[in-house]
Amino acid sequence: MNLLTKKLGKSDWIGVVVLAAVILVLFPSVFGIFRLNLIGKYLTYAFVAVSLVLLWGNGGILSLGQGVFFGLGGYCMAMFLKLEASDPITTKIQSTPGIPDFMDWNQITKLPFFWKPFYSLTFTTLAILVVPAFFSFIIGVAMFKRRVGGVYFAIITQAVALILSVLIVGQQGLTGGINGITDLKTMHGWDIRSDSAKYILYYVNGVLLIGCVVFTRWVLSTKFGMLLLALREKEDRVRFSGYDVANFKTLAFCMSAVMCAIGGAMFTLQVGFMSPSFVGITPSIEMVIYTAVGGRMSVVGAVFGTLMVNFAKTFFSEEYPDLWLFLMGATFIGVVLLFPDGLAGLYERFGKSRLQKLLKRAPPKKEEPAVAAAAALESGGKHV
Amino acid sequence: MSLNEIGSMVAMQGFSGLSLFTVLLLMALGLAIIFGQMGVINMAHGEFMAIGAYVVYLFSQLTQNFAPGLREVYFVPAVVAAFFVAAAVGYGVEVLLIRRLYKRPLDTLLATWGLSLAMQQFFRSFINPKEVSAELPEWLLGAFNPTPSIQVPRNGIFVMGLTILVSAGVYLLMLKSRWGIRIRATTQNRVMSSAVGINTDRVDRFTFALGCGIAGLAGAAFTTIGSTGPTSGSLYIVDTFLVVVFGGAANLIGTIASAFSIAQAQSLLEFFLTSAMAKVLTLLTIIIILMIRPQGLFTTKVRT
Repeated sequence: MNLLTKKLGKSDWIGVVVLAAVILVLFPSVFGIFRLNLIGKYLTYAFVAVSLVLLWGNGGILSLGQGVFFGLGGYCMAMFLKLEASDPITTKIQSTPGIPDFMDWNQITKLPFFWKPFYSLTFTTLAILVVPAFFSFIIGVAMFKRRVGGVYFAIITQAVALILSVLIVGQQGLTGGINGITDLKTMHGWDIRSDSAKYILYYVNGVLLIGCVVFTRWVLSTKFGMLLLALREKEDRVRFSGYDVANFKTLAFCMSAVMCAIGGAMFTLQVGFMSPSFVGITPSIEMVIYTAVGGRMSVVGAVFGTLMVNFAKTFFSEEYPDLWLFLMGATFIGVVLLFPDGLAGLYERFGKSRLQKLLKRAPPKKEEPAVAAAAALESGGKHV
Repeated sequence: MSLNEIGSMVAMQGFSGLSLFTVLLLMALGLAIIFGQMGVINMAHGEFMAIGAYVVYLFSQLTQNFAPGLREVYFVPAVVAAFFVAAAVGYGVEVLLIRRLYKRPLDTLLATWGLSLAMQQFFRSFINPKEVSAELPEWLLGAFNPTPSIQVPRNGIFVMGLTILVSAGVYLLMLKSRWGIRIRATTQNRVMSSAVGINTDRVDRFTFALGCGIAGLAGAAFTTIGSTGPTSGSLYIVDTFLVVVFGGAANLIGTIASAFSIAQAQSLLEFFLTSAMAKVLTLLTIIIILMIRPQGLFTTKVRT
C-alpha cells in the first residue's frame, strides 16, 4: 500500500512539460522537414507505447495485438484518402474510373459496400475511434469475462494480429494486399505531401500524443488507475473485494486500442500510405519493446523509449544492417534481464539523486536536451 | 470427373492434411513440454526447429562434398544430430536466460522473442540468407502408388513414421518414466518436489533441452518437405502455440487431437478457398472456440 501511494500520490507535471518542449520546440528547431517527418512517424508508434503503459505496465495485461488497432486506425484513414485520390477524372484510364487503382487491377468493378461511407471525413474520424473500440470491446469482453488472462491473452491477441494481416494480404482486391493502400495525396483538397502540410501534421500529431500522455497519466491517477495496478498485483483479491475485474480490464483494453488507432491514423497522414506490415505480429511485438525500453510504468519514458529504439533502428539499418537484428535481440533480452523498469528505472536508480544535487547547487540554466530528457524520465519514473 | 477421381482427390487432400498435421504435431510436442508443462513461452521455438533443419542441411552438404557414397544413409545420423544440437542449444539458453525468468512468464515471451530475432539474423549472416534445402536420399524421393490415381509421397510417409515414433516416445517419457514423474511433479509443485529430493533446477534444464531437441527433430523432418530459410521457423510459431493452447496446455492427447483437427480443417478449407482465407477461417474458429472454452479441448484435472 505504501508503494501504491508513493507511486500515485505525487503527480508532478514537469515530465510532460519537458516532453512537450522536446516534441514541439526542440525537434522542429533542430531538424529539417525530412528528419522531422521521420520523427513524426516514430511519434505515431509512441501512441502504441503509451497505450501499453496503461494496459501492460499498469494493468499487467500484455496485448501482442496492438498492431491490429494501429492498423485499423491507419486503414480507416487510408481508405478515406484513397477514395479522395481516386476521383473519376484522375482515374479515367482505368476500366472502371472512380474506384481505387488496386481494385481496378484486381478486376473489381464496383466499390465494395464497406468502402462507401469512407467518402465522408466525419464518418472516417468516427470510424477511427469507434471501430477499434468496438473490436477491442468484443475481444475484451469475450476473453476477460471467461477469465482468460496473462499468457493466454497474449497468445490469442497475437493470433488476432496474424489473422488480420493474413486477411488483408489475402483480400488484395478489397484492401490493396501486401502493398497496402498507397498513393495518398490530398485531404479535402489539402495536399498532405507538401512541406507545410508535413509541418502542420507533425504538430497535430505532437499535440495529440501529448494529449494521450496527459490523458493516460490522468487515468492512472484516478481510482480506476489504482484498481488497474491492484489487479495487476492480486487480481483475485480485487475480485473478492467485489469489483467486476473483467469490466475494468475491458475498459483499459478499449482505451489503449483507441490510442493505438489515433496513432495509426496519424501514421497514414504523415507517411502517406498504410500496409499490412504495420498490422502483423512483428510490429506488434516490436512496439512492446519500445515500452519496455522506456520503462513499462512510465508514460513519458515510453515516448522516449520509442524515440530511442527508432533512432537506433534508423542508424543501424543505414550503417550496419546486419547488426541491427542482433542489437534488437540483445535489447529485448537485456531490458528484460537487466533493467525491467527501462530507462525510467535506470534514471530512478542512478541519475535522479545526482541531477537533484546538480540542480540545487547551480541555479536552473537553460534546459539542455540531455537534462530535459533526464528530467522527463524523472517524473516518468516517479509517477506511476 | 468420375466418382473414382473425386475419391482419389479427397484421399490426397486428406493426406496433405495429414502431412501438415505431422509438422504441426512435431512442433507442438516440443512446445507442449516447454509451454504446457513448464509454462515457459518460448517464442524462439521456431528457430530451434530451424537449427534442426540446418543441421540436416549441413550433414547433406558434408556428405555431398566429402563422402558422396554415403548419400543414402547420411539422413539417419543427421536426424539424430539435429535432436542433440537443438537440445544442446536449448540447454545453454535455459542456463543463461530462461532460468532467471520462471516467475515472469510475460517477460520470458519478450526475451525469447529477442532471442529468435538474434537467431534469425545469425542464420542469415553465417549460414545463408536464402532458403536452402538438403539433398535427400533416393528412398525419400518419389511417391508410393497404392492405386493408379492415388499418389502418396514417400517423404510424407517418413515424416508420419517419425511423428508416431516421437509422440510415442514423449508419451512414454512423460507418463511412464521416472523422469516424466519428476517433470510433472516439479511443474505441479516446485517447492514440494524439491523437498522430496528432486533436483528441480536440473529437471528444468533437461526438460527445456528435451523440448528444444524435439523442435530440432521437427526441423529435420521439415527438410524432407520444404526448404529452410532464416525465418521459416517463425512462420509456424503462432499456429504451434494455438495448437498447444487449443489442445489444453498440459495434455498430450489434447495436443495430438488439436493438431489433427487444425491441420485437417485447414487443408480441407484450402480445397474450397484460397490458402490465406483457409488460414483466416481456421484461426478464427480456434479463437472463437477458445473464447467459449478457454481451457482447451482436453483438460487434465489438477488440484491447485
